[in-house]
Amino acid sequence: MLIKHPADVAPSDITPRAVFDARRDFMRSSAIGIGAALLGAGLPDKAHAVAARGKTLGPLVKSPYSTDEKLNDFDDITSYCNFYEFGTDKSDPARHAHRMATRPWTVSIEGLVHKPKTLDIDDILKVAPLEERIYRLRCVEAWSMVVPWVGIPMSALLRQVEPLGGAKYVEFVTHLDPKEMPGTRRQVLDWPYVEGLRLDEAMHPLTIAALGLYGEVMPNQNGAPIRLIVPWKYGFKSAKSIVRIRFTDKEPLSSWTKSNGREYGFYSNVNPEVDHPRWSQERERRIGEFIKRKTLKFNGYGDQVASLYTGMDLKKHF
Amino acid sequence: MQARAQPGVGTRSATRNGAPDKRQFAWIWRAVWLACLLPLLLLVADALRDALGANPIEFITRATGDWTLRMLLLTLAVTPLRHLTGWHWLVRLRRTLGLYAFFYGCLHLTTYLWLDQFFDAGSIIKDIIKRPFITTGFAAFTLMLPLAATSTNGMIRRLGGRLWQRLHRLVYAVGVLGVAHYWWLVKKDITEPLIYATILAALFALRIWHARRMHRTLHAQTA
Repeated sequence: MLIKHPADVAPSDITPRAVFDARRDFMRSSAIGIGAALLGAGLPDKAHAVAARGKTLGPLVKSPYSTDEKLNDFDDITSYCNFYEFGTDKSDPARHAHRMATRPWTVSIEGLVHKPKTLDIDDILKVAPLEERIYRLRCVEAWSMVVPWVGIPMSALLRQVEPLGGAKYVEFVTHLDPKEMPGTRRQVLDWPYVEGLRLDEAMHPLTIAALGLYGEVMPNQNGAPIRLIVPWKYGFKSAKSIVRIRFTDKEPLSSWTKSNGREYGFYSNVNPEVDHPRWSQERERRIGEFIKRKTLKFNGYGDQVASLYTGMDLKKHF
Repeated sequence: MQARAQPGVGTRSATRNGAPDKRQFAWIWRAVWLACLLPLLLLVADALRDALGANPIEFITRATGDWTLRMLLLTLAVTPLRHLTGWHWLVRLRRTLGLYAFFYGCLHLTTYLWLDQFFDAGSIIKDIIKRPFITTGFAAFTLMLPLAATSTNGMIRRLGGRLWQRLHRLVYAVGVLGVAHYWWLVKKDITEPLIYATILAALFALRIWHARRMHRTLHAQTA
């Protein structure tokens, strides 16, 4: 397999969270100072949700799959989220996700497998060495971020149950508890949230079970304690807060496809050549940047994943 | 603003039917004018203290779009409110509200053309043609142009009341297109566009109800 971006970023080059935060706080307090001086009043800061500090995860193995692009800061990653179980506004998850209990937490891996298992999250953390994977994240809404995830290859987790030969697809199901998740009290989507991948996509080395970000335990609003990350697909494919993984022989029907199959296909690979009816997918706004940048096919991971789709009409299988 | 003279009524006290006198109306008008400007001032304040969130351009687009719709609905609420309350002087605030709807619409469009698209003509034209929510938004704005252009007393005189009134019925189309624009933008949760649509429908229903009532009264009188 050809790896386009070797890890030429030294661990020491990655700005630690604390430094990032300090820098951000300084800039913000300066801005508030100027604003307050102009307005004659210090107004409370409402747009930035305060994320509680998570437990540090480590030691982390660096990955050759990581990009060396500039990271989005912790505040942006944790305050601007699509996690409809907590509400449809991007600020809702940061406001409400703290209600979700992430311990005890088990993930049931079942379906067409030799050894179905229910794994405890603390055991999943030990399935394979934790890696730092700095990936581009491209949302179908034409914005993107660069996120330093912490996780393990999804294949390491899936191999625990020894899939049967007939297993062709993997379905991921998100936690559902209306008491903890105010967004699920309305049928915005058909809860619980379901996503699916082809088996070879799920086993691909780029696909990870993410357990944290910025070297810390996953913040709840980003899909704690365990979520899927498939960096060459639109963000909604990367299901959050997973409780069940099921091997099947039929293509799983994902929640978004079910709600609007014309707009959200099973594959949903990042593809500037296939327009979404609401958004042109040719360009994207990297959060923190002003001018939109060109969207790369497969979100720039084409060298690694294009071969998965050889001979397929990606306009038809969007 | 022409305030009708009310002979024999003190300038400080309220006139008949609870209508404010010239001086009181001037204050009401100033208060409304400032209140309509407030959303913009708050947006600028948020921008200055870096409080527009992770995606400031999206935030500004949303805020200016929301306020265009709200001003538009307020403008459309004036006549039904007059009918319900009998406060006919409210009509003298309508131009201000309508022009503010146009003002926020201009900010909204400018945000899209400049901050979002950075004047990329090809991409903008494609958007207008291919995306229904942008088509309707653009149509709504285009229809506001002749209304804003003929909003002055001079233009009302030149066009004549009848023609002017006919032209300004376009505002109904602007309302419908504006709500459709928001409805089609939303990915899944249509709660908010539904609220705007309900208010718009209620305002239309009130107008129809009033027109029917007037019609019946007129018939009763002539019969």
